[in-house]
Amino acid sequence: MTLEEVLKKYEVVIGLEVHAQLNTKSKAYSADPNEFGSVPNTNVSPVSLGHPGTLPKLNKEVINHAIKLGLACHCDITREMHFDRKNYFYADLPKGYQITQDKTPVCRHGYVLIKDADGNEKRIDLTRIHMEEDSGKSIHDQDPFDTLVDLNRAGVPLLEIVTEPVIKNATEAYNYLIEVRKLLRYLDVCDGNMEEGSMRCDANISIMPIGSKTYGNRVEVKNMNSIRNVYRAIEFEIVRHAEILENGGEIYQETRNFDAPSGSTIGMRGKENAHDYRYFPEPDLGGITIEQAYINQIESMLPPLPNFLYKKYINELGLSDYDATNIVENRDIALYFEEIIKHTSSYKNAANWLMGAIKSYLNEMSIEISEFPIGADKIAQLITLIESGKINNTIATQKVFPEMLANPTANPQDIATKNDWIVQGDSGEIEAIIKGVFEKNPDETKRFKDGEKKLAGFFMGLVMRESKGKADPKTTTQLLNKIIETL
Amino acid sequence: MKDYKSYSQVRKDLQEGVTNCVALVAYYCERINASKTNAFLEVFESSAMESAKLVDQKIAAGTAGKLAGMVIALKDNICYKGHKVSGSSKILEGFESIYNSTVVEKLLAADAIIIGRVNCDEFAMGGSNENSAYGDVKNPIQLDRVPGGSSGGSAAAVAEGLCLAALGSDTGGSIRQPASYCGIVGYKPTYGRVSRHGLLAYASSFDQIGPLTHNVEDSALILEVISGMDEYDSTMSDIEVPNFSNLINSDTSKKYKIGYIKDCFDMTGLDGEIKSFTENFIKELSSEGHDVKGIDFPLLEYMIPNYYVLTTAEASSNLARYDGAHFGFRSPDAKDIDSTYVTSRSQGFGPEVKRRIMLGTFVLSAGYFDAYYTKGLKVRRLIKEKTEELFKEYDYILMPTAPTTAFKLGENSDDPITMYLQDIFTVHANLAGVPAISLPLGSHSNGMPFGLQFMAAKNKDADLLNFTSNLMNRES
Repeated sequence: MTLEEVLKKYEVVIGLEVHAQLNTKSKAYSADPNEFGSVPNTNVSPVSLGHPGTLPKLNKEVINHAIKLGLACHCDITREMHFDRKNYFYADLPKGYQITQDKTPVCRHGYVLIKDADGNEKRIDLTRIHMEEDSGKSIHDQDPFDTLVDLNRAGVPLLEIVTEPVIKNATEAYNYLIEVRKLLRYLDVCDGNMEEGSMRCDANISIMPIGSKTYGNRVEVKNMNSIRNVYRAIEFEIVRHAEILENGGEIYQETRNFDAPSGSTIGMRGKENAHDYRYFPEPDLGGITIEQAYINQIESMLPPLPNFLYKKYINELGLSDYDATNIVENRDIALYFEEIIKHTSSYKNAANWLMGAIKSYLNEMSIEISEFPIGADKIAQLITLIESGKINNTIATQKVFPEMLANPTANPQDIATKNDWIVQGDSGEIEAIIKGVFEKNPDETKRFKDGEKKLAGFFMGLVMRESKGKADPKTTTQLLNKIIETL
Repeated sequence: MKDYKSYSQVRKDLQEGVTNCVALVAYYCERINASKTNAFLEVFESSAMESAKLVDQKIAAGTAGKLAGMVIALKDNICYKGHKVSGSSKILEGFESIYNSTVVEKLLAADAIIIGRVNCDEFAMGGSNENSAYGDVKNPIQLDRVPGGSSGGSAAAVAEGLCLAALGSDTGGSIRQPASYCGIVGYKPTYGRVSRHGLLAYASSFDQIGPLTHNVEDSALILEVISGMDEYDSTMSDIEVPNFSNLINSDTSKKYKIGYIKDCFDMTGLDGEIKSFTENFIKELSSEGHDVKGIDFPLLEYMIPNYYVLTTAEASSNLARYDGAHFGFRSPDAKDIDSTYVTSRSQGFGPEVKRRIMLGTFVLSAGYFDAYYTKGLKVRRLIKEKTEELFKEYDYILMPTAPTTAFKLGENSDDPITMYLQDIFTVHANLAGVPAISLPLGSHSNGMPFGLQFMAAKNKDADLLNFTSNLMNRES
C-alpha cells in the first residue's frame, strides 16, 4: 500500500516523547562536570559511579531550566513536587535505578504551536515535562567480546517532554520537533543536537479506520537520530500497520528500533516483556516547593521566543512569511536581527541584508552568526547610509561591505567617505556629467532624444564611469530623462 | 594500661602525660587480637598508628581537636577512604571505599583515631549479628549469647573494651538494641541530624548514624562532632548543632513530664523481669518528682508491619547497585549481563538480605503498590503525627529498649517473626524520625544487662542527652 492509499482509509495517531539533555555546568545530582565528548569515565565521582553510600543532591539549575521550558510551553508549573525512583537493572545504570519524576512532573499541560501539513497554525498539547537523569552509555561495537560502559553521561540532566496523542502525520511530527528544538535553543537550555544525542525522540504510533473511536494498538519507535529519521520512521510505521490490518492481522504492541540505512523498523521487545519499574518516591531527595516569586522571576527573564518574534515580524514589521520564517529559524540570527532593528526601522532592508549578503558570507566561510565580525549596529549604519541616498546599493554591497569585513570596527560612513564612495548628493554635479556625456556622444544623444529608450543604459554606464560609480542610479535616470528633454 | 570507661579520663591522662595515643592504639590492638567475640572484621593498624603519632604531636603542641585520642571503631557500613567496607556482605568482599563518609571526615578532623571496622548484620539487616557473611559476633558478657544487632560488633567491641567508642547505624533499633544487650549506651539521633553520606544505605528514610559508648557524655561529645549540615545529604535538617556536651549536666533539678505507652507492658514476649524493672523505674521517677503518666497509643501493633513494608521497599532499591557489574563481588559463573546479575546477587547476598529484597520488590510491584507501600506511607504519617502530639504533652517517652535480654546464639535463627519482634520498641523512633537512647540501667537474674529507652521530640537531642546523663549520674 502507498501512504496516500493508507491515509484515505486510516487516521494516524502519534504522540512524541522528547528527551532534551540540559546544558548545565554540572550533572543533575552531583557536582561532576556535564560535558560531551570527554575521555570515557572521566566526568565521574563516587556519585556518578553509584558507589555504596553515595547520595544525590539536586542541581538547582535543572529546576530553573525545566521551569523556563514549562513557561515557554504555557505549562502549569507544579508547586509541590518530588522525585521518584525508576528501578531496573542495566550495565549503564550503576545505581540500579534512575531518578526521575513519575507522580509529580515539574510541568503539566501546556502546548507548542506548529504549522500543520497545510501551513495552518496548530496547537500540539503537552501532557507533561519532567526532570530526570540520563544513564551512562553501553558501547557494544568497540570490543569484540565485551560491552564497554562509559559513565560520563550517567547523571546528566534531562527534560522529558511528552505530547498528547494529537499529532496526525509525519509532517506535523517533523514540524513539532523543529519547533521544540527552536524553543530549547532560544531558551539556551539544550543544544538540540539529535546526531550527538543531546535531543532524542521516541514516537508512539497507531492507526485506526477513519471515524473510529477506539485507538489501534500502538508501537513505540526508538533510535531515530535526526528529525528527518523521525519523519521516515513514522511513514514507514503507518504503512506497515495498514498492511497488517488490511491482511486481517493485528498490530503487536511493542517497542521497535528504527534502522536508518533501510528506513525500516525492527521489533525489540513486546508488551509482555515490559519492565515493572516499581516507581516510588526517592527518599534521598526531599520534597521541593516552588515559590510563585521564583516562577515570576524566571518568567521576567525569558528571552523573546520564536513564535512571538515570527508574529511580530509579520504583523508589526510587515516582513513576508518567508523572511520571518527564515529569521526565526535560528536563535542567534533572530537575536542579530533584533539588534539591527534597534538602530534602524528599515526592517525589510535589514532582513534583506541579513538573509542576503551576511548569510552568503556565513555560508561561504562556514561560520555561525556568533562568529560574524561586524556588529549589528554597524550593519544598521550601513543600511541608514543607503537609505539616505549617500551610497547606492551596488557600492554598499561590492565595496563598503567587504571593507567592513576587513576592518570590522570601522564606521561605514567613514569607509565610504575615505574611499570617496559617497554619492554626489549634489545633483548639479551629476547634471554636469550628463551634459558632458551627451556632448561627447552626439549620435547616441540624437537617437536617444528621438525615442531609442534602450540607450538609457548606455548613458547610465558612461555616467557611472565618469562618477566612479557614486552616482545614484535612480537620480541619474531621472536627470537623464529630464535633460534630454531640454536639448 | 587502664581500662578506660570515659573519654574525659582518657583526655585527662593524655594531657597529663600519663599515657599517649600510640600506647592507647597499641593497647587496643593487643586486646582486639586476644578477643574471642569476632567483633572486629579488620584492624586499621597502620593508619591508626599514623593518626596516633600525629595526634600525640598535636596534644604536645596544644592544638589537638575535640576528640583527640578517642579510639573509635566504625561499623562495617561506613566508608573510610582507602579502607575496605563490606556491609558484612560477601557481595562487597574486597571492596575499598574511594571516599570518606562525612562522619569519618568529621571524626578525623576532630583528631579521633579510627581503629578498625566492626562486624554487623549484613547491610544492617538483623537484630543478632548472626547475618554477617564474616561470622557471628558473640556477646562479651556471655559468649554463648548474641550481642544484638545490627550494630552487634560496635556494641560488643565497646563493651569488651576493644575501643573506647564505636559508630553504629540505626534503622529500626540497630544501635539501641545491641547497646541494651551489651550493657552500654546507644544513641540514635534525630533523623537528619547526622549526614548519611558514606553510609551504605539500608532504608534511606530511616537510617541514622549514631554513637555507642560507655556513658551519655561520650555519646553527646561524638554527636556534637558528627552532626550538622552536609552538602552531600539533602535530607538533613538545617537546625544549628547545639553544643551537646556543654549542655550536659545543666539543670539537674528540673522535673519533666514523662509518658509511657501502657500497651508496651501487655506485649506478649516481654520478659517479666524487664517489665517489673521498668515499672519500678517509673515509680522511682515519680517519687523523684517527675510527672510520669501512662498513655494510650493504639498504633503500637502497626509499628513492626509498617516498618518492614517501608524499609524493605527502600532496601530493595538501595541494594540494586550491588549487581556484580561495577564493583564488589562478581560470580565466577557470570556469563552475560543477565547471568552476572542473577549469579552475583544469588551468591553474594545472604538469606536475610534476599528475604528483605524480595519483600521490598513485592510491595513496590505493580498491583500491590497501593495496598502495601502507599498504605504504609499513610500509616507512617499517622504514627509521626500521633508521636508529635504526644511530645506536645510529654518531654520524654520511656519504654524498655527490647523485650528480652540477649538471647542465645542460634536461638531465634529459624524464626524471622520472633526476631523482627525484638524491634517492637525501637522502630517507633525511626518511623517518627525522633531521637532515642538506650541506657544500661537494668541487670537480669540471667546475668545479662538490659536497657531502658527514652525518646524525645524531633531535634530535642540536646535535652534528651542532658536529661539522661543526669539520670545516669544521680545519686541513689
